[in-house]
Amino acid sequence: MGSLRTLNYDAIVIGGGGAGMRAALQLTESGVKTACITKVFPTRSHTVSAQGGITCAIASADPNDDWRWHMYDTVKGSDYIGDQDAIEYMCSVGPQAVFELDHMGLPFSRTEEGRIYQRPFGGQSKGPDDPTQAARTCAAADRTGHALLHALYQGNMKGGTTFLNEWYAVDLVKNQKGSVVGVIAICIETGETVYVKAKATVMATGGAGRIYQSTTNALINTGDGMGMALRAGFPGQDMEMWQFHPTGIYGAGTLVTEGCRGEGGYLINSEGERFMERYAPNSKDLAGRDVVARSMVLEILEGRGCGPDKDHVMLKLDHLGEETLNAKLPGILELSRTFAHADPVKVPIPVVPTCHYMMGGIPTNVGGEAITRTADGQDQIVEGLYACGEAACVSVHGANRLGGNSLLDLVVFGRAAGLQIEKTIRDGLTHDDASDSDIETALGRLNRLNSSTSGEKSVEVKDELQKTMQLYFGVFREGESMQKGLKMLDEIGERLKNIHLEDKSLAFNTARIEALELDNLYETAVATAVSAEGRRESRGAHARNDFTERDDENWLKHSIYDPTTKELSKRDVNFSPKTVEAFPPKVRSY
Amino acid sequence: MLVSIYRYNSEKDNVPYMEDVNVDIPEGKDLMVLDVLHLLKAEDSSVTYRRSCREGVCGSDGLNMNGKNGLACITPLSEVVKKDKLVLRPLPGLPVIRDLVVDMSMFYKQYEKIKPFLVNDTPPPAIERLQSPEEREKLDGLYECILCACCSTACPSFWWNPDKFIGPSGLLQAYRFLADSRDTSTAERLADLDDPFSVFRCRGIMNCVSVCPKGLNPTKAIGHIRGMLMQRST
Repeated sequence: MGSLRTLNYDAIVIGGGGAGMRAALQLTESGVKTACITKVFPTRSHTVSAQGGITCAIASADPNDDWRWHMYDTVKGSDYIGDQDAIEYMCSVGPQAVFELDHMGLPFSRTEEGRIYQRPFGGQSKGPDDPTQAARTCAAADRTGHALLHALYQGNMKGGTTFLNEWYAVDLVKNQKGSVVGVIAICIETGETVYVKAKATVMATGGAGRIYQSTTNALINTGDGMGMALRAGFPGQDMEMWQFHPTGIYGAGTLVTEGCRGEGGYLINSEGERFMERYAPNSKDLAGRDVVARSMVLEILEGRGCGPDKDHVMLKLDHLGEETLNAKLPGILELSRTFAHADPVKVPIPVVPTCHYMMGGIPTNVGGEAITRTADGQDQIVEGLYACGEAACVSVHGANRLGGNSLLDLVVFGRAAGLQIEKTIRDGLTHDDASDSDIETALGRLNRLNSSTSGEKSVEVKDELQKTMQLYFGVFREGESMQKGLKMLDEIGERLKNIHLEDKSLAFNTARIEALELDNLYETAVATAVSAEGRRESRGAHARNDFTERDDENWLKHSIYDPTTKELSKRDVNFSPKTVEAFPPKVRSY
Repeated sequence: MLVSIYRYNSEKDNVPYMEDVNVDIPEGKDLMVLDVLHLLKAEDSSVTYRRSCREGVCGSDGLNMNGKNGLACITPLSEVVKKDKLVLRPLPGLPVIRDLVVDMSMFYKQYEKIKPFLVNDTPPPAIERLQSPEEREKLDGLYECILCACCSTACPSFWWNPDKFIGPSGLLQAYRFLADSRDTSTAERLADLDDPFSVFRCRGIMNCVSVCPKGLNPTKAIGHIRGMLMQRST
């Protein structure tokens, strides 16, 4: 390792999406020496694809709106395994974080009063006693993620953040005490491998939707942070909880925002029936995403799907009129014309539930500090490791995320992680240096790949992995078939040991990056599969045909996946918010 | 279909070359150019390009396809292929790192130069800064830019002076902040642009408008900036 260059920072943020850039901005502004390591130029991150908006009680659409109502909706949406202290924090701090985005320049759509425009989204009410549909999602047309990501990049430029653009983080470096002391990273353009040393390492690497064959996620969403954490022996929490978005474009998988239904669009089956009226009489098409997605699959299974194969349903928008569609949903018109060859002004869009969001992730507290478990099942903070955004599981989403809560999550907890790290570093955080052998350990995977002389291409193994997850761990799950899926994952794991990197060149070698990403997809997939098989109930996005009911007696718990033993344990959900009474579990209906 | 693709790997090749590959296109499906790149890479993993969102919003995969710049992920073969042939080259005018991957530093530098962030000297209110729907509407057609560089690398003026001419993308963004009612640095922004090169090298060729994958109109924005600069000098 003598030739390995070392870069030295107080904090590094891995990932240049919304969460990473919000954390980096907080750290840079507070004077902490920080670098943001990102495998794509920041504005190419997947936050850019978010459409409908950022949900927050800023009291624009309704002057009487209350963050406690938003908190209630989020707790209910999570099917009661969202941590109430974290949800309380997100919903109460949210308005401040959203106003900061406006001050940073985010071009929100506006009301006649000049305030931020808010649209109705799924699962929104006016509190526990009033199921009236609320309009709480702050929007910049249907390009809120784009507007947010660019505003954050611009804010970081103004603040002078250091970016290592097109650098790829390979594995965490741990010292002898088990603290995280930085990361091994590759500069993609030159191919140079570097040890980036840091007192605080933030995983803001986003989701891993590419473990499934059909996903709304970008090609870069390969669970790199989850993979690195699991390989370093840290646990994953609630990894069985994957959100299937009701409206991915049939065939292409690209997202069609829930905002379409917020603006008055609705789903129809092959008989032209607005079927959500049957499944969710009150909220109809704006029920929780898990509820809508399952209803759609049931319609298809019962033979009322559309098209020659009766394998999708339709999203009807034409009744909203061309003017409204152009003003409120211009991006959707573009996407539908391009990917569905359907002009929503005239005809409905073919849609199908599509893997969208990882509710699980690296368990953290409200300050983004990563949590692991001691031998006797107690929480323990991992020195030096933080996570925020989709990579983290704080948990504010529990078993099902509400639309518009991901953008809020990433700005609120990106900011919170920055604040926490600033404080910890001011308090004098230091670690023992990594030894040569610690660094060698972190380099092991890369060295193995670089010295491969024969074997399989990574692209074939990836296809197999995605098919397996799609088939055995989708919207509906069942014990026996998951057992089969787990066996297949074991076989895929064996094949992974035999991946061959044909092209060993240094400069911009995307084949090397893709092979490394595949390991992360696999780690994430196995965590998902073990957790899904282990949670013997149906809750939120986790629906089992063999355990169809929610089981609060045994499973009002987080699941914790231990990568060292591949076993599942339980962790208590937080029911102790600081300023309000906890919302007790109730039957969840919309 | 015959795909002719620009290849260059500095570790192997003295000069770039075009590689011809026959690709079997599945019947009855109108693939995007990005799908074809995936097919090529599945056969030859050394084929190199950038990609991320695969839905035309991240701006990673700007390419020159049969002579015209655009995004590979939202360009269907039916729109671009001529006589069963597809020629793929990197965006013109920027240094090539490898195959279809260009060094975008010059492009980003011009973006940074226009100070692409909101400046407002007044202390922020406890809520958002108010903005009427009419004021907000002025940002439509500007804020949607995805920094893909299709426009600037199609602009002869940018080819000649990539160091001094801001280029269509940067100028579109410059106008995005000039037009924002919440921004108070109009005078400084205009002063920064008031030289013979930054704005005035635009010759109204309008290649930018014809290639923009988001349907934006940088030439129009440049016209507005010219107008503001003229007014400022009188």
